[in-house]
Order: sequence, then structure tokens, then C-alpha cells
Amino acid sequence: MKNIHNHPNYWAFIMHRLSGLALAAFLPVHLYVLGLALADSSAFDDFISWSNTPLLKFLETGLVVFLSAHLTGGVRLLALEFLEWRDWQNSMVALSCGISICAGLVFFLNAT
Amino acid sequence: MSASALRIETYLWLAQRVSALILVICITVHIATMIIAVQGGLSSEEIIARIGGSKIWLSFYLVFVSSVAVHAPIGLKSIMREMSQIPTNRIDLLSILFSLIIGVLGIRAAFGLYGLGGA
Amino acid sequence: MSNDLINVSIWRGGEDGEYQTYQVPRLESQTVLDVVTYIQRELDPSLSYRFACRVGVCGSCAMTVNGKARWTCRTHVSKVAEGGQLTLDPLNSMPRVKDLVVDMETFFNKWADAKGSFKGDKTRDDALAYISPDDPKRKISSAGIECIGCGACYATCDVIKWNPDYLGPAALNRAWTLVNDERDVTGLERLAAVAGDNGCLGCHSQQGCVERCPKSLNPTGAIAGLKRETIKAVLKGELS
Ligand code: SF4
Ligand code: SF4
Ligand code: FES
Repeated sequence: MKNIHNHPNYWAFIMHRLSGLALAAFLPVHLYVLGLALADSSAFDDFISWSNTPLLKFLETGLVVFLSAHLTGGVRLLALEFLEWRDWQNSMVALSCGISICAGLVFFLNAT
Repeated sequence: MSASALRIETYLWLAQRVSALILVICITVHIATMIIAVQGGLSSEEIIARIGGSKIWLSFYLVFVSSVAVHAPIGLKSIMREMSQIPTNRIDLLSILFSLIIGVLGIRAAFGLYGLGGA
Repeated sequence: MSNDLINVSIWRGGEDGEYQTYQVPRLESQTVLDVVTYIQRELDPSLSYRFACRVGVCGSCAMTVNGKARWTCRTHVSKVAEGGQLTLDPLNSMPRVKDLVVDMETFFNKWADAKGSFKGDKTRDDALAYISPDDPKRKISSAGIECIGCGACYATCDVIKWNPDYLGPAALNRAWTLVNDERDVTGLERLAAVAGDNGCLGCHSQQGCVERCPKSLNPTGAIAGLKRETIKAVLKGELS
């Protein structure tokens, strides 16, 4: 069992599933808290300054990485499924990885 | 398998891909604004000035939220079917519920942001 | 090198069983199938396994070799024996019969379920169909036609472990070669057979099958082709 899974497309699949699950878990919370804060504008200010704390920045960076990983991994899947098969499609795993890490970095550097 | 079950499975599969395509655009915009907005720390005035009262942003977020409400539950359905013992009809129910939660909360938040403009 | 020994652990029994260990002399250009055959002939005649052609044509010798599904007649020991150790199991996702032999009935039934056999409408009196070697559909079909039915892809696919009704990479790959065969008349009946979550839509493009296919076929690509064709058919209302 240990090694039938050790290939890039499998890791891409796991990443897609994990990031998807994480986003699905985060999203209702995100929308709920945002909605609450919006109902009252001083609460909105508190919410924004709370989200500026370092721990939150760190967590947000994680989310940006997950979001962009799910995005780029998803583009990769769409290409696999809808375009004629080409060999370059396998290098999309690396590309998708790279783009998500970059997005996270840019966000993090901008945020601090 | 009955033809109608096949059709439903196919339409759900397709709905997930089509919503994915829309989300590609929405999320790119979302990440870009996040990166820009977070520069020098988030401020509520900045966000309100950008989004509040803007019909364009309102429609953007409505499209965004509805696509997520289609996309995410279908993915969760597949994960639950493959990796859990939950019976199929319960899975379908949970997915629909999840879709509704995202839809309602999302629409509320989108209109909340819009309303901040005071317009 | 020829004085070395390989340590071979082999699954003995059916669903319940245990590993038994044998020492086999290392030879040059030795295949995993050679090792198994040596054990059965020289050490333990009660060992059960399958093979026929010994040259990668029949598809009967696939086993799990150090964790990965492989055709054993064309797998050299030198390529896979990590530190002189070989661990042999029957293929995954198929009921175990005895030792290295699995029951492949479901695997082959799924080929039939996927309408994996050719059906034409010509007789011996008709002229041969002329299809140019450059014809795009013929090329697609040819790309997948060399499947030997070894089951290595099927044994690797996660979706089958999660959903035992999933048709699997080999049957779907076969269906795709026939969808692109202009002489075949099964048409929509086949597309209906391979549609839906138990068919092509169940595949997550993980490509374990592509990794493991000894014939270097691309079932994932074939399945993506089926996805596009079945969706077109459903949208046109042809599969109802
Ligand atoms: S690509 Fe599809 S058929 Fe191949 S192993 Fe993965 S899920 Fe199975
Ligand atoms: S597609 Fe490849 S791995 Fe699968 S049965 Fe055919 S030859 Fe074997
Ligand atoms: S024995 Fe025929 S393929 Fe290996």
C-alpha cells in the first residue's frame, strides 16, 4: 500500500480533497461572522482589527494557499477532462503548486 | 441504472465543472483584491469605500456565492459517498442543506456589504 | 551476484492467510515470475499462481510486487528487489482465491457491462471497411488497443476500493477504443453503459492506472474522452 500512491497526480488529488474540505469548513464560518459584523458597523470595525492580528494573518495566509491550491488544481483537472490529452498536462501539478505558494507568499508579505 | 438517475448524475457533474469555471474567475478576483486590500493592514473604511453601495460588487458577490453553493455541496457529496458510511439519501440531504446554508449566509453577507455604502 | 539469495515473502492462503518466506538464488536477468516458478518447482509445489505466455502478451501474471501491481513475467528482479527483498501479494480489489491467484470474474464482467466487445453490421460478403491510418479516431482507438487485461490498473485504482460498482480503468479504456471504432454499431447503448458515477464520471484523474499500466496506456485520458462524449449525449437528450 505504501507506495502505489507515491506519484504527483495522487498528491495533487489529496491536496485537492483536503483544500476543498478545509474551504468548505471555513466558508460558513466566514460568511456567518461577516454577516454578523456587517449588521452593526462598530462590530465590523472590531472584526477587521481582529483579523489584523498576527495569528489571524498567519491563518489567512494558510487559507490563501488552500484557496489558490484548490483553484489551480481545479484548473488542472478541467484541462485534463476537457482538453485533448497532452503530456504537458502532467507538469501542471508543479505549476499549480508553485502558483499557490507564490500567492500565499505575496499575501503574507503584503500583510505584514 | 435508470436513465433519469444517469441524467441527474451527469448534470450534477457538469454543474460542478461549470460552477468551477465561474469560480476560477471569481476566486482570482477575490485573491487579487485580498492581496491588494491587505496592504498596510485591512481597514473598514477602505473596504466600505470600495464595495459599499456598488451594484457591480454586489452582483459579483452574488454570482460568487451562488457558484460556491453549487460547487461545494457536489464535492462534499462525492467525498461522503466515497469515504463515509453515511447512507446515500442522508448524504443528498446533507449536501442540499449545506448548499442552502452557504446560499443564505452568502447572500446576507453580500447585501450587508452593499448596504454599508449607505447608498 | 549469482551466489546471492533473494528473500521472498509470499502471501499464502485466501482472504485469511499469512506470509511465508523463501530463499531463492539470484540469477542474471531473472524476472519476478522466474522467482515464483523456482519456488513452486524447487521449494514448495503447493504454491498457486498464474501465468501463460511469459512474454507480456497474455496478461495473466500480474501480482502485487513490493506494494505495486506489476506484470511479473517482464519485471526484472534487479529493478524491484529493494535490498534483496521481494514481497508478493495477489492483486488488490479482487477476491483472493489462493496464494497469488485472484478471482478476476468481476473484473472481466465489467468489460462486458461497459459493452467492451465489438459489434459490427457487415458480413463476410461485404467489402472491408477502409479507415485511413491517419484518421484521428483511428489513432485514438489504436492508442488504447494494446491492453492485455492484466488488471494492474484496476488493482491500483482508489475509486474501485471506494465504490465496488465502478467499472474501472481497463473496461472504460476498452469502451473508449470501441467508441472510436467507426465499424462498431453499439453507439449510444455503449455510452449509456459507461455514463454516470459508476462509469466514467466516477474517475478522479489520479492516474494510478496510468502509472501502473505495463503497456503504458492512458486509461485516464480514455475516461476523459468518455466523459466528454457521454455529457454531449446527455445534453442532446440522447441517453434518456
Ligand atoms: S485515473 Fe481514474 S481510473 Fe485511473 S486509477 Fe485514477 S480514478 Fe481510477
Ligand atoms: S489498461 Fe494496462 S494495466 Fe489495465 S488491464 Fe490493460 S494492460 Fe493491464
Ligand atoms: S505471463 Fe503472459 S503477460 Fe506475463
